[in-house]
Amino acid sequence: MARGTVQKIKDQAQDVHRRIMKKQKPSLKFPLRSLSNVKYDPKQGFLEMRGRKKERTLTVSTVKTFAQTLRMMALSKELVEQDDIATKREAYYVSKNWEECRFLEQTESDTVMDDVEALFELNREQLGFIPEEKGGEVAGRLVILDKDGDTGKTLRIDCTKFGSGAYSIPISVEHLKFETDAKFILAIETAGMFQRLVKHNYWKGAGCILVSMGGVPTRACRRFIRRLADFKRIPVYVFVDGDPYGISNIYRTLKVGSGNAAHLNEYFCVPQASFLGITPQDIVDYKLPTHPLKDVDIKRARDAIKNDPFFQHHRKWVQAMEHLLKMGVRAEQQALAKHGLNYVIERYLPEKLSHPERFLP
Amino acid sequence: MAKSASPKPGKGRPAPRRGAAIRTAAQKSQMKLFADDPSPAPAAAAPATGPAGKGRRGSGRRTGPAALPSLEPAAPIPAGAPVAPVTAGQRRRETAESMASRQREISVSEFFTKNRHLLGFDNPAKALLTAIKEAVDNSLDACEEAGILPDLRIAIREVGEERYRITVEDNGPGIVKQQVPRIFGKLLYGSKFHVLKQSRGQQGIGISAAGMYSQLTTGKPVRIVSRTGKGKPAHFYEIHIDTRKNAPEVLREGTVEWPHDHGTSVEMELQATYKKGRRSVDDYVAQTALANPHAAIGYTDPKGETVHHPRLTESLPHEPVAIKPHPYGVELGFLIKMLKETRARNLRGALQGDFSRVSGKVADEIAAAAGLRPEARPQNLQPDEVERLFKAIPGVRIMSPPTNCLSPIGEQLIRDGLAKMVPECDFYTSITRSPAVYRGNPFQIEAGLAYGGPLPADDLIDLWRFANRVPLQYQQAACAITRSVVLNDWKNYGLAQSRGALPAAPMVLFVHMASAWVPFTSESKEAIASYPEIVKEIRLALQECGRRLGGWIRHRRREEDAEKKRSYIEKYIPHIGIALREILGFPAKEEARVVETLKDTLERSRAI
Repeated sequence: MARGTVQKIKDQAQDVHRRIMKKQKPSLKFPLRSLSNVKYDPKQGFLEMRGRKKERTLTVSTVKTFAQTLRMMALSKELVEQDDIATKREAYYVSKNWEECRFLEQTESDTVMDDVEALFELNREQLGFIPEEKGGEVAGRLVILDKDGDTGKTLRIDCTKFGSGAYSIPISVEHLKFETDAKFILAIETAGMFQRLVKHNYWKGAGCILVSMGGVPTRACRRFIRRLADFKRIPVYVFVDGDPYGISNIYRTLKVGSGNAAHLNEYFCVPQASFLGITPQDIVDYKLPTHPLKDVDIKRARDAIKNDPFFQHHRKWVQAMEHLLKMGVRAEQQALAKHGLNYVIERYLPEKLSHPERFLP
Repeated sequence: MAKSASPKPGKGRPAPRRGAAIRTAAQKSQMKLFADDPSPAPAAAAPATGPAGKGRRGSGRRTGPAALPSLEPAAPIPAGAPVAPVTAGQRRRETAESMASRQREISVSEFFTKNRHLLGFDNPAKALLTAIKEAVDNSLDACEEAGILPDLRIAIREVGEERYRITVEDNGPGIVKQQVPRIFGKLLYGSKFHVLKQSRGQQGIGISAAGMYSQLTTGKPVRIVSRTGKGKPAHFYEIHIDTRKNAPEVLREGTVEWPHDHGTSVEMELQATYKKGRRSVDDYVAQTALANPHAAIGYTDPKGETVHHPRLTESLPHEPVAIKPHPYGVELGFLIKMLKETRARNLRGALQGDFSRVSGKVADEIAAAAGLRPEARPQNLQPDEVERLFKAIPGVRIMSPPTNCLSPIGEQLIRDGLAKMVPECDFYTSITRSPAVYRGNPFQIEAGLAYGGPLPADDLIDLWRFANRVPLQYQQAACAITRSVVLNDWKNYGLAQSRGALPAAPMVLFVHMASAWVPFTSESKEAIASYPEIVKEIRLALQECGRRLGGWIRHRRREEDAEKKRSYIEKYIPHIGIALREILGFPAKEEARVVETLKDTLERSRAI
């Protein structure tokens, strides 16, 4: 893979060089990174790029970004060749040597990095760049096989033995192997709900693996859940807040990937995921206390119905979203505490899990 | 004209008055309301009927039967005769006699004493400016008429709290001795009212009104020194105005030693305030110098600091020639008067001789359109016939009036003047439009602008308005010039402009209207009335200046873009060379070649 990365970078640079010497203006072709350039095919299971590209030609007004992109490519090549890595923050600081080309804010360097990723249709780990983000936490009936960094010896990590704590998903998960007899994976939005389930050893009785996503799942978290689910062929149930953010941002991204980095969705998606709750119907059935939808919520829900190919493909989702909009309210996971702190363990989850076929797609 | 302008109360409504007089005369004795009124009826009636009868010669025939039967005064009805009250239960507070006793001529001077705002003396700061302006107008008009390059000295001295003495001295032809009192001590006395040509003064009010204001606020007389030529004595006068009689009152006169060969000096003291900044006398003097580049003006402010505005040209402006009125511009009353007073013996001759651009053929056409014989005696025309004539005029094609009554400043001098007054700007331009006509009056619009440089970038522009070379300082919003500027879309020329506002830009905008008769909105001559023809001409002038400015601004923007492009290329292209060398590992020589080639390619390209 490393050699492939270097070759791709060299080929692109060669093309730029050749066109410069032919007195032409070089250009780079980037896939268009937006929801409008993705399609959803349930057989594939993730949001795929439609292949539309935008061409960035070297002109006076693009010369700065163009130079920065090339310098970022050069840095990536160096990292891969030397088998080193740089965090996004470190890459930003490296640019401080580039005189006028340096980035003034990390957001600028992150954007250029995303561009390079998309340009080569590689993920940033393959380019030698790693994020600082945490991958998520795991507890339950699972043994993870990792390697000791110094000795290369296999390490067995038993996720039942973290007590009130949890296993932390690493940034790279490709080398991990698993042993488990769990029946399903429960992916949870908030750390608070995860803590409650861990504290009461919910996984023991339910025979499952608990994963805390902490908001929108990171790539590592998505990849971890995907590999685990693929490996044991077990279903993934997603338990998030009953609001447009929980549904559209967290669940959708976990299941089919994002519109922004669609070239990577193939690896960073969990097509076997289904939506346990909180559904709009749960708000009614469980008489949950609610908050009114904010303007951004309404916009997000409408956008999902109108522009998101995933939701558009599923009639049930469109209906659920419309139901939510009609009620004009949202309900958090913790709202179940109205009926008692452990109501979620004693009533809600068992009831829901007895009918997985009713989960939203 | 001066006489007819004085209002005569009681005139013009004789019939109903007399009817009322009959009734009230009877009541008077009954009710004894006005026992203190001593005036006998005949005496009271005389002044009221007098002017009405005398005012119109030959009124017997024209006004005809309507007025005749009731001509008898109220006197014949015996006082004290028992007549039943007509309006029972309502107390009459006045009778015709009691009212008549107080009905008398109001002198123009008295009228303006009470209505000083009409002449521009409504506040102390404005009064100072107006007084100086009136004197300067007169001086410049006089010099130009005499063919003398004007040399003006203006001085303001502070003589007390809110009290200033102003002096305006010129090198004009001087004023003959007998005329001095009337020119400075009588309102509506002047030489320009009856003449159609471009001049600053119009009505013969200004300088005497200034004197009156001075007299009213300080009690001091106007002091005049005038000399008409070398070897002649310089006359000295101190004049008061008798506001009742509208007549001068000479307090002192004599001859004095005067250092100049010819010219006039006016001095007056008035209650006023002196301020700096917008609408100040300082600004007025500077703008006057700008609009009169042939004049040298020295100005000493109250602090004793003197500014000299040297003349920009040694040649006098083209001398405006007086023209006859154009038929399109006359009003019915004026037409009646002209036909009555004409020396011509027939209508054709009257039209041809007394109007501009009316040939014998055109005169015949007008007469035919009105259904009149060209041979008719003008004096014999009936009022309805004159009215037909009046209505026929617009239907006949008549050549535009001659324009040699105008004397524009000229494009070059406007630009030079702006460059002197608003120095170090980035761009100057000016335009003098061809003459045009509104209501039979020829006029000409000039515009100019100074842009950029030291002017404040984000403020609204400074709009300098001029009429017949006189700067207009007040009533900006009411003026046709402002209206035209606001209506124009300056965004087309790269300036910022809010809706209904002046544009915001580092710019001074100059607009001048020259005309034989400038249609001011008031006697204080502060704003030009918005005739459509005038607004249109102003806009055309503004648009031409705006286009030139817009072209220049675009050109400069292109240059700035090109500069930015060069600097971008210099800054960032080397990094593309570095990155390619790092990735492809070619030698430094190749890197230099890449950078050179790419720089060359980009510099050639037009896209930014």
